[in-house]
Amino acid sequence: MKNATMDSQLQGNDKKTTLIYDGSFNGFLTAVFIAFEEKLNVADIQKNGQAQNGLFSENETIFTHVDKAKRVWNGVRAKSYNAISNIYFAFLSETEGVERLLFEYIQKLMAQKGKQADFSDGTVLYISQLARKVGREKHRMEAFVRFQLTKDNIYFANIEPDFDVLPLISKHFRNRYADQQWLIYDVKRRYGIFYNLEGVEIVSLNLDKIHFNRTRKSKAFTDGEYEYQDLWNNYFKSTHIKSRINRKLHTQHIPKRYWKYLSEKKAV
Amino acid sequence: MNFERIKEKLNILADAAKYDVSCASSGSTRTNKNKGLGNATRMGICHSYTEDGRCVSLLKILLTNHCIYDCAYCVSRRSNDIKRAGFKIQEVVDLTINFYRRNYIEGLFLSSGIFKSPDHTMERLVRVAKKLREEENFNGYIHLKSIPGCSDELMYEAGLYADRLSVNIEIPTISGLKLLAPEKEHQDFTKPMRKVKNEIVRYHNERKLIRSTPKYAPAGQSTQMIVGATGETDKDIMYSATYYYKTYSMKRVYYSGYVPVLEDSRLPSLTAKVPMLRENRLYQTDWLLRFYGFAVNELLNNAHPNLDVDVDPKLSWALRNLHHFPVDINKADKRMLARVPGLGMQSVGKILSARRFRKLNWDHLKKMGVALNRAKYFMVCDSRHWERRDLDADKIKGLILQNSSGKFRNQYSQQLSLFNQ
Repeated sequence: MKNATMDSQLQGNDKKTTLIYDGSFNGFLTAVFIAFEEKLNVADIQKNGQAQNGLFSENETIFTHVDKAKRVWNGVRAKSYNAISNIYFAFLSETEGVERLLFEYIQKLMAQKGKQADFSDGTVLYISQLARKVGREKHRMEAFVRFQLTKDNIYFANIEPDFDVLPLISKHFRNRYADQQWLIYDVKRRYGIFYNLEGVEIVSLNLDKIHFNRTRKSKAFTDGEYEYQDLWNNYFKSTHIKSRINRKLHTQHIPKRYWKYLSEKKAV
Repeated sequence: MNFERIKEKLNILADAAKYDVSCASSGSTRTNKNKGLGNATRMGICHSYTEDGRCVSLLKILLTNHCIYDCAYCVSRRSNDIKRAGFKIQEVVDLTINFYRRNYIEGLFLSSGIFKSPDHTMERLVRVAKKLREEENFNGYIHLKSIPGCSDELMYEAGLYADRLSVNIEIPTISGLKLLAPEKEHQDFTKPMRKVKNEIVRYHNERKLIRSTPKYAPAGQSTQMIVGATGETDKDIMYSATYYYKTYSMKRVYYSGYVPVLEDSRLPSLTAKVPMLRENRLYQTDWLLRFYGFAVNELLNNAHPNLDVDVDPKLSWALRNLHHFPVDINKADKRMLARVPGLGMQSVGKILSARRFRKLNWDHLKKMGVALNRAKYFMVCDSRHWERRDLDADKIKGLILQNSSGKFRNQYSQQLSLFNQ
């Protein structure tokens, strides 16, 4: 390790390095830390397993180190609270190549005070727009989660968000549904968050089937559950004003990809 | 619980409540107490949307649609031959809690037809809210309707449990009210508003001294006006809205295009179209007044008593006031930037912070999302290219309309062709 550092210093910034991390946010921040500490000329930062060998760069594998990650987090946050939340949100977008841009974003933040407000800079604008997209998805999931009461007295919902927003919505649901057990499961990313009346934990489930809002009843849920879904669907229908129908606006607000998890859009 | 019976009531009472457009669940900061149920989010959450594109964020129902009044514009009026129903207090509480636990709603919006007397009705509404707060430890959003003509004591109590209170004045002019709701007096509507406003001010002042002062209607009050039922002008509507914003510190005034529900010689016929475009323009004006620093007499006055149909009110103002333009995007103050057509407050904010770093050009603005097809006639930036032709208002309007499309375009282009014949 020591030799590698010396080498890179000897050779200056000519040699490019690709950092390989484990895919976690802390892993990414550790990579950023190492890049700064060793003054690396970073070609790219890539997820383990998705890494491609660059023609003119060397690979370096990063081992996630929470303390190092924390130092980057605190360092950026000291510059701007807004910036650190933009970074976290944009990271969760899972956009290909976002790590490289985020690294650039952090470099720019460190180089110039208040840089996160420079919307004439392509990277800054892009990251803030990306963070906004993820924020929108977070807000949608806070709205579109539909709990169904299981016979074990757990309010269960499955979702399929565009971005990995479970870590972002956990606090909202914990604060709101403090007196009921609930579980929100991300079907696409195969993990969920479970609130057990004390705290929220990350769980993985072996779901034999996804609980779409089918008209066929599942034995997992209470009988009353379907009665309330029925009431809700009825209520939803009676809120329409026929002379004002505007389906385009309707689907703009609730894009069709979310329908299969919304009980009021149940296919009849 | 008898689900079939509840379903029947829900259909009747939700159907009767849907003409109330307010569905906001924002503005309150109530937190979850003692690990109970629910909280309010400052920005509000829309859990679903109706097929007409309006947000569904609250369980919006009437307690009953029995009513002793006979207001011409209302579906639930006494002389209308419809199915009537009424919820028991416990039924409303159960529905709210069970919908809330499934994350269907942000809370309850409870209104009612007036049975027996205003006080009798209001007392029931307050009891529902009280039960939710005190027995169910429910901290979600509650919007209660203030019943016109009810007592100050009940209004006071309502504010202790509700997040928002509202009275719909419905008819923007006093003469219109006399015509359509002869049994109600104008002050029946304003008395509860004044009471709530005064209490909010009082609680606000007390909180400065004693931090533990309980909340009183933390999301303020709102009201609603029907548009297009009595032949009023846009000026009448917006001046009266401005009055309510100022006098009663309203959080929102809603404009509801009149949906013909009844045949009545005093009202537009059943075949009349809902004035959706007009409603849209009124909301745009409302936004310009509340967020863009416009004064109402700049947008509407005796020379222009109605809003333009084919262009938005800001563009229309700019076209009448070309002497203020072009604005230099790199130098103008916030107030003037907000007046450039095609710039929203989001863009204004981005421009203000970005121009501290460098002079902005067309490319920067485009990437930020500025609607340049409108803005370009009213601004200059760091570029040698700008609109050099000496265009008059009609030319600019023509060019903008040519290069854009709008969802209501077919409606008014038909109207234009009628005039041309």
